[in-house]
Amino acid sequence: MTGNESHARRPGAEAAAPTMAVRCRGVRKHFGPVAAVDGVDLDVRVGEIFGLLGPNGAGKTTAIRVMTTLLPPDGGEVAVFGRDVTREPFAVRRLIGYVPQQLSADGSLSGRENVGLFARLFDVPRRQRATRTDEVLAVVGLTGAADRLASTYSGGMVRRLELAQALVSNPRLLVLDEPTIGLDPVGRDSVWERVHELRRDLDMTVLVTTHYMDEAEMHCDRVAMMHWGRIEAVGVPADLKAAIGPDATLEDVFRQHADHAFEEGGDLRDVRAARRTAQRLG
Amino acid sequence: MSARPVAPPNDSVEPRTAAPATVRWIGSRILAFCVIELQKIRHDRSELLTRAIQPALWLLIFGTTFNALHAVPTGGLPYLDYLTPGVLAQSTLFVAVFYGIQVIWERDAGVLAKLLVTPTPRSAVVAGKGFAAGIRAIVQVVVVVILALVLGVHLQLAPWRLLGASAVAVVGAAFFATLSMTIAGLVLSRERLMGIGQAITMPLFFASNALYPISAMPAWIRWFSYINPLSYEVDALRGLLIGTHAHLWLDAAVLASALVVGVTVAAAVLPRLVR
Repeated sequence: MTGNESHARRPGAEAAAPTMAVRCRGVRKHFGPVAAVDGVDLDVRVGEIFGLLGPNGAGKTTAIRVMTTLLPPDGGEVAVFGRDVTREPFAVRRLIGYVPQQLSADGSLSGRENVGLFARLFDVPRRQRATRTDEVLAVVGLTGAADRLASTYSGGMVRRLELAQALVSNPRLLVLDEPTIGLDPVGRDSVWERVHELRRDLDMTVLVTTHYMDEAEMHCDRVAMMHWGRIEAVGVPADLKAAIGPDATLEDVFRQHADHAFEEGGDLRDVRAARRTAQRLG
Repeated sequence: MSARPVAPPNDSVEPRTAAPATVRWIGSRILAFCVIELQKIRHDRSELLTRAIQPALWLLIFGTTFNALHAVPTGGLPYLDYLTPGVLAQSTLFVAVFYGIQVIWERDAGVLAKLLVTPTPRSAVVAGKGFAAGIRAIVQVVVVVILALVLGVHLQLAPWRLLGASAVAVVGAAFFATLSMTIAGLVLSRERLMGIGQAITMPLFFASNALYPISAMPAWIRWFSYINPLSYEVDALRGLLIGTHAHLWLDAAVLASALVVGVTVAAAVLPRLVR
């Protein structure tokens, strides 16, 4: 896997080595009659910041849960750095640092203790535990607040603490589910700043879901647009926009692909759409 | 951010499968959950006080009243002595039986998902949380022993007895915590878990030997109390702390088996909470 190091710093470049950070083929996940993930093919290249975009309910979180071994796929294959999520879940988990959508730090513990728990759960050797915890707290800029209870942290600080929790095992892939949701602009900037630093300084691959198109445009090397459990478009944000026309935004790109899905979708999709609308309305 | 602040990846990518390594692995997870429970107790000591109120009231009001009544056939023991292990067992039950609420909270806050993306088997998550409840139970042992000594209960205080009683309280609390987590995994909501927790606490407590001997019960309640793990916890605690005749090996075997079953079942329903 060291062969991938060379292009880790050239995220846009064509991959020479076959190993992808994440490789999905025909992934499906149903909840009852609803196909949350409906035949997803996806490649996340080593070293890139990859954005999985789509409105709420597009299936992003379910897709992430399958990729992180939380949910078994109903069909298809998912591999993280060549390791299959269903056959080798524990190997996959050791490669992943995961930050869920909610602010998930434990308010009744200090920042340091929050990180310490994950150091233990990832088998960081006892002698390195304190140093490693201090290191990741420094990386996210929480050294000064490390011994305060996490309940006293601001939203942005909690997010950074969660990043530290995810980093303590030194993962190769960082998975962030809606990392800036509910944060104020300062908090958002501080989170993205850390993400860029991590990619730059630690050669980390970052997979991020968001429904903020402007953030994806600004921060992601490549994006995939997800709609009703399917990937409708994949590419570099600039290329996707250029294909639509001058002055187009990612929002426009998404709208076009979403409309396209409406038109081409056929009967079953329309039924499903109608059902969803009905559910939403009451 | 100029230097690489984190050490290079270690080689522990493969899950270790050899049996002793697996035991150590699970053990390290249980330890991790117990450590954070101790840290939480350190940060918020007020809960220690509120947890002490109920056993104190049971011993002071119920215990001293019944002590004077001589209404319960205790085999010659002062009723307060007879009651103390029962109140201790009850307080460990109360600590544990709402533990599932924490798991539901952790589900809502995304904590559970985060825990399950660590190389930690589901059974280790459940067992870890069970033994974390056990840590709280040890606190209850300390509280009730001190209260009992103040009230003049004739306790047996040999170190092995206190250690044994703590171990029994830990395993008992761990079992009831897994029961609570199982219910959490089935009902998936705090409110319903509160309701069910309250509904089962009373029969578990009253249909046990905590307040009166099983022989004094009607036959059908006696039957229930024989399958009630709390009866075995009380029997062991009474034998250890008061020195009554107890079936310590049977009690230990029943509680340990109940815990194994509890961990297995709770681990099986846990995935329902991360869907």
